[in-house]
Amino acid sequence: MGEGQGNRNRKNDLILLAAVVLAGLALTAVYFASRTEAADPAALTVVVRQDGEVTAAYPLSQDGSYLIESEEGTNRLVIEDGAACIEDADCPDRLCVKQGKIRYAGDSLICLPHSLVVEITGSDELALDGVTK
Amino acid sequence: MGARRVARYGLLVALAMVLSYVETLIPAFFAVPGMKLGLTNLVVMIALYRMGSRDAIILNLLRIVLVSMTFGNAFSLLYSLAGGLLSGAVMLLLKRTGRFGMMAVSVAGGIAHNVGQILMAMVLLETRQVGYYLLVLWWSGLAAGLVIGLVSYEITKRLPESLFR
Repeated sequence: MGEGQGNRNRKNDLILLAAVVLAGLALTAVYFASRTEAADPAALTVVVRQDGEVTAAYPLSQDGSYLIESEEGTNRLVIEDGAACIEDADCPDRLCVKQGKIRYAGDSLICLPHSLVVEITGSDELALDGVTK
Repeated sequence: MGARRVARYGLLVALAMVLSYVETLIPAFFAVPGMKLGLTNLVVMIALYRMGSRDAIILNLLRIVLVSMTFGNAFSLLYSLAGGLLSGAVMLLLKRTGRFGMMAVSVAGGIAHNVGQILMAMVLLETRQVGYYLLVLWWSGLAAGLVIGLVSYEITKRLPESLFR
C-alpha cells in the first residue's frame, strides 16, 4: 500500500465520517421537529404496551401509580404533574427506571427485559383501539 | 485446522469474553438500552485486519453465542446476533472495498451494530416506537466506533507478525 493509497483511504474515511455526521444531524433535526408539546396536556395519553399489545392507557393529566405485571416481572409506572416515569422495576438492568421522566408526545420508556414500552401519544385514538379490543 | 490456529481462536475468544465482562463493570450511567462502548469489537477488528475475513466471521459468531450463554439469555442472544452480525457484515464489506481505513470501518460497524439492535427491538417489541432511540444510538455508535477504531489501529500496528503466522 503506497502513500497515495493511504491518502485516498484517509479522504474516503473523512467522506464516510462526514456522511455519518450529516445523517445524524438530519435524524436529530427530524426528532426535534416532530417533538411537540401539546397545547393541552389533557389530550396526551400514556399507552402501555407489552409484547407489542396495548394493555393499558392512562391520561397524562391524571396523577396515579400503576403496577404493570407480566410473566417477565413488574414495573411501577407513575404519572405525576404531567410526566410519566418508571419508578421501580425488578428487571436486571433497571434502565427503564434510569430513563427518567417523559412528557412529550412521541417520547417513550422502554424495558427490554420485560418487553415493555410506555409511550406518550398525542391523541387518544391509539388508546381507544387498545381498550376496546 | 492446525494447533496454532486453535490456540489463536481460543485466545481471542477468551479475550472477547473478558472484554464483555469488563464492559459490564463500567457503571451503567447510560440511560438508553443498547448504548455501550463495544470493547469486544476490538477482537473482531483485530481478526479482520490481522487474520482474515473467515476468521473474523467465525470469531464474531463464537463470541456472540458464548457471551450470551454466559452473561445473558435467549433475548440478549437475539439482540447480540442482530447487532453483531450486521456490524460484522458492514465492516467486512467496507474493508473489502479497500477504500476505507480502520476508523471508518469501525465507525460504520459501531453504528450498524446499534441499527441492528434497534431493528431487532422493533421486531421483538412489535412497535416502531423504538426507532426514536436511533437518534441517541446513532451518536453513541459513532463515538464508540471512533474510540474502538483508534484503539484497534494502535493495537494492530503493535502486534508482532509472528503471532498470526
